[in-house]
Amino acid sequence: MDRLSGTVVGRAPDRSWPQSLSRVPYWVFQDEEVYRAEQDRIFHGPTWSYLCLEAELAEPGDFCATFIGEQPVLVTRDVDGEIYAFENRCAHRGALIAMADHGSAREFTCVYHAWTYNLQGDLTAVAFAEGVQGRGGMPAGFCMNDHGPRKLRIAVVHGLVFGTLSNDLPDIEEYLGEQILDRIDRVLGGRTPVVLGRFTQRLPNNWKLYAENVRDSYHASILHLFFTTFGINRLSQRGGIIVDRSGGHHVSYSAIDRTAVADSEYSQQNIRSESEYRLADPSILEGFSEVGDDVTLQILSVYPGFVLQQIQNSVAVRQILPRGTDDTVLNWTYLGFESDTEEQRLVRMKQSNLVGPAGYVSMEDGGIGGFVQRGIAGASDEYATLQMGGETAESSESRVTEASVRGFWQAYRASMGFVADDAAPLHEIGEHERSRITREGHA
Amino acid sequence: MDNQTAIARAQAHYARCIDDGPLDDWPLFFTEDCHYRITTADNYSRGLPAGVIWADTRGMLRDRVSALQEANIYEPHVYRHMLGLPAVLSESGGDVRSETPFVVMRVTGGGPTDVFATGRYVDRYHLADGRALLRERVVVCDSKEIDTLLALPL
Repeated sequence: MDRLSGTVVGRAPDRSWPQSLSRVPYWVFQDEEVYRAEQDRIFHGPTWSYLCLEAELAEPGDFCATFIGEQPVLVTRDVDGEIYAFENRCAHRGALIAMADHGSAREFTCVYHAWTYNLQGDLTAVAFAEGVQGRGGMPAGFCMNDHGPRKLRIAVVHGLVFGTLSNDLPDIEEYLGEQILDRIDRVLGGRTPVVLGRFTQRLPNNWKLYAENVRDSYHASILHLFFTTFGINRLSQRGGIIVDRSGGHHVSYSAIDRTAVADSEYSQQNIRSESEYRLADPSILEGFSEVGDDVTLQILSVYPGFVLQQIQNSVAVRQILPRGTDDTVLNWTYLGFESDTEEQRLVRMKQSNLVGPAGYVSMEDGGIGGFVQRGIAGASDEYATLQMGGETAESSESRVTEASVRGFWQAYRASMGFVADDAAPLHEIGEHERSRITREGHA
Repeated sequence: MDNQTAIARAQAHYARCIDDGPLDDWPLFFTEDCHYRITTADNYSRGLPAGVIWADTRGMLRDRVSALQEANIYEPHVYRHMLGLPAVLSESGGDVRSETPFVVMRVTGGGPTDVFATGRYVDRYHLADGRALLRERVVVCDSKEIDTLLALPL
């Protein structure tokens, strides 16, 4: 078995990855070595990571401190009007260049030894470079151009700023594909977003459990009773799943079905969707057509860690950031649009109750990843079963499927080099077929 | 009874209502037409209006309680609110603005006692007949981070 390059310490236990996309081994949520490898191969690898909104960089000098995986990153708008991004790491001794999350600056000066950077991340000054009274100072051969934080490639898609540290991947349009682009355009195209609030949720679980949860259209109407009771989202509504070719990006959407009749499937499934629960103030559900169509729910993910959400008139972006094998930061940014009327803004405020750390239809997702993380302790060699809707990762008109979750694992296995290797001797054959895997690094 | 005493008294019962129940009484600490939201110091100082909980009627607060009791799924947990003394900032007839610092500890399941939130209540009270009702409560949490989820109100 190939060993991972870079940060690997010691020998990893033998691993087997089931060949089928419908099985996910639990060690992938637990293993420290896998976690370290994800930083290199996924977040620093050939993927586009969401960084911030263009709207958060409205004026020249505005900056955001954000992350690619664990890596701190600064995103700026320079006086030339362009957006730049570079590591938030001083080239001298590694301290953070900026500590505020958001702000405005003409330049950045590291607090440690006052090395100074312009808004494009170029080192422009070194304190006492010439020494003092002819003594000390930097060597004559020191060249500021040779020192600076790594710069990111940037792409802006309908006001969403993405970045990458890799040159080894296609443009964002090709990365996303036409279907995903269309669905981003549907929500954000031609409109200027306004940030209504930012919240951070700390999840006691592996980041991939949240990435799975976002792509899991099967759970939505079962775990989240609020949805089903008020007809916001039933699996029998008109809708579907889009999974892109890589598998990593997805869209789940549903629309008002104007021909729908009361469906009996729900009452037969022994799920808590038929309660007599009624709202004292139903104004929370009185929304408007978000973009002039009948779609009331659209959850869109971009591999590895981005989500764009429209739930009724609650529009938000979510950024998933790994912090440890069982620790994840989830950043929510609630959005309105410059074109909103006062009434529409009020609807967005009311419907902000649906989402976020206290959301009527998202609160459960904060806990469920932790339930899995705790549930799988001691079961590293067991695996999850994702057979709902078959074994492939394809688009479908049914949302009673785990296709987009399987799609995530398809993309993940490709990123990580987890390949089912038929040539290698088969690992202990259990009751289910498993095969030896190799981990092939990327160049 | 002066306004500060009336507010301190109301808040003692408010904390007890959330921590020890019955939670159904929590909306009764507010006027019918009210504003309640939980936000962060960062959002508050930037004037960003959204909340993790946002309500502009007592009915919406009732719906919070019934959703927690009937709809939402979460691991059972309890709070312990520790409130500082209210600082009365302005008084105009029965309309009183005050701020009160809080610490809320949370115990989830059989787990330890965690510091869940610290912050301040930025309040506008309506005082009548010695009774203080909340017209507006903005719960401004010092940290922008919320651990796992926020179910019970602050």
